[in-house]
Amino acid sequence: MRPSLAVLMIALSSMVALGAASNLHWQRVPPKDHARANPLTNRPEAAAAGALLYKDHCQQCHQANAAGDGHKRPSLHSEGLRKATDGDLEWFLRQGDLRHGMPSWSSLPEAQRWQIIAYLRSIQ
Amino acid sequence: MISFKLRGVFWPCLWLAASLALHTPASNAQEKPYFVTYSHDLEEPGNLEIETKSAVGQPNGGNPFGATAMELEYGTRAWWTTELYLDGQATGSDSAVFTGWRLENRLRSLMRDRAVNPVFYVEYENTPAADKTILEFVGHDGEADLAPSSAVLRRDHQHEAELKLILSSNLHDWNLSENFISEKNLGHAPWEFGYAVGLTRPLRSAAGSRECTFCAEKFIAGAEAYGGLGDTIALTLRDTSHYIAPLIGWQLPKSVRFSFSPGFGLTSTSLARVYRVGVAYEFEQIGSWFHCSNGGAE
Repeated sequence: MRPSLAVLMIALSSMVALGAASNLHWQRVPPKDHARANPLTNRPEAAAAGALLYKDHCQQCHQANAAGDGHKRPSLHSEGLRKATDGDLEWFLRQGDLRHGMPSWSSLPEAQRWQIIAYLRSIQ
Repeated sequence: MISFKLRGVFWPCLWLAASLALHTPASNAQEKPYFVTYSHDLEEPGNLEIETKSAVGQPNGGNPFGATAMELEYGTRAWWTTELYLDGQATGSDSAVFTGWRLENRLRSLMRDRAVNPVFYVEYENTPAADKTILEFVGHDGEADLAPSSAVLRRDHQHEAELKLILSSNLHDWNLSENFISEKNLGHAPWEFGYAVGLTRPLRSAAGSRECTFCAEKFIAGAEAYGGLGDTIALTLRDTSHYIAPLIGWQLPKSVRFSFSPGFGLTSTSLARVYRVGVAYEFEQIGSWFHCSNGGAE
C-alpha cells in the first residue's frame, strides 16, 4: 500500500471514529427521552432566560462564546449537538458525564434545563 | 441576649465572604439550604466553595452559645467532593475557642442519575467535646452535653470516624434526601447512629429573562428533620434528641448564598430551639489558577 493511501485511510477512519464518538452520548438516550420536545420552543424569553442560566452554570467551563477550551471542555457549536434532539440534550444535562467531568444538572428545575437548551439552539 | 460574642465569629466570616465576592467572577450553583442533611449534589469539578454554618442556642441550665463551622468544599471530580471544616464556638460568660477540624469525602457510587442516588460519605473528626457546631446528632447526644463550661468540655478530645449513606432523589423540582449516620469514637466509645431527612423545592421553577435578586426562583424553601438513634450499647430512641427545622435559601448576586433555619427540639433532651445561619461563596475553577496559559502545557 502506498504511504499516501495509508495516510488517507487512517484519516478517514479517524473521522468516522470521531463522528461515532460525538454521537455516543445520544445513542445511550432512552427512546422515551429522545422523543421529548422542548415545551419552551418558539418562546424568545426562554432563550433569554437560558442565556442567564448559561452564564451562571455553564460559562465557567464552556466559555462565554460556548467554544470550550479545545481540550476536555468541548465546544457547544458542534455537529453532534445540532443533530441531537431536545430530548437528548435534556437527558444529557440531567445525567451529566461524571467520568469525564460534566456534572449532573438534575438539581436544576426541569424548566431551567429546557431554557438552557432553548439558548443553546439559539446560538447554533 | 445571645448576640454578645457571636459578632466576633460571624461578622468577620460574612465580611470575608462579601469582600471575596466583590473581587472574583460570579458563579451560581443551585445548592440546597440544608444544614444537617446532605443531598447527592456535589461541588462542580475544580470549584471551591467557602461556607460558614453558624448555630446559636442555649441549653437548659447552660449559657447561650454561638458556634461556626467554616467549610472549604472542593470538587475534586464530578463524582467526588472533598471538604475541610474548621470549627469554633463562643459561649456566654465563658470563652471563645477554636474547636478543631474535620476532613470529609463524598463519593457518588452511580455515574447516572437514578430515582434514588446513593453517595458514600467518609469523615475524620479531630474535635474536643467543646465543639458546638452540631452538624449532626448521633447516639444519645443531647442538650446536657452542651451545658458544661468550655474548659471542662475541652478536656475530652475526640478522634472520630463518621460514615454516612446519603440517598437522594430529584423529582419534579423537589429534592428528597435521607442520610443514615454512624459515628465511632476511635478511642473507646461504641458506634453511634443518627439520621437526617430533608425536603426542598425552589419557589419558582422557570428562571426570569432578566437579572434579579428578589425573584421567586432565587429562593428555595423546605424542611429537615434530624436526630439520634442510639448506639450499639443501647439501640433505642430513649434519651435521644430530635429536631424539625424549616429552611429557606436565597441565592444572592455575586455568587453569595444565604440560608437560615430555625430548629425546634421535639424531645426533652433536645435543645428547645437552635437557629442556624449559613453564608456561602463559590470560586470558579480554582484549579485553572495554577495552570500556565501556554497552550495547555503546564
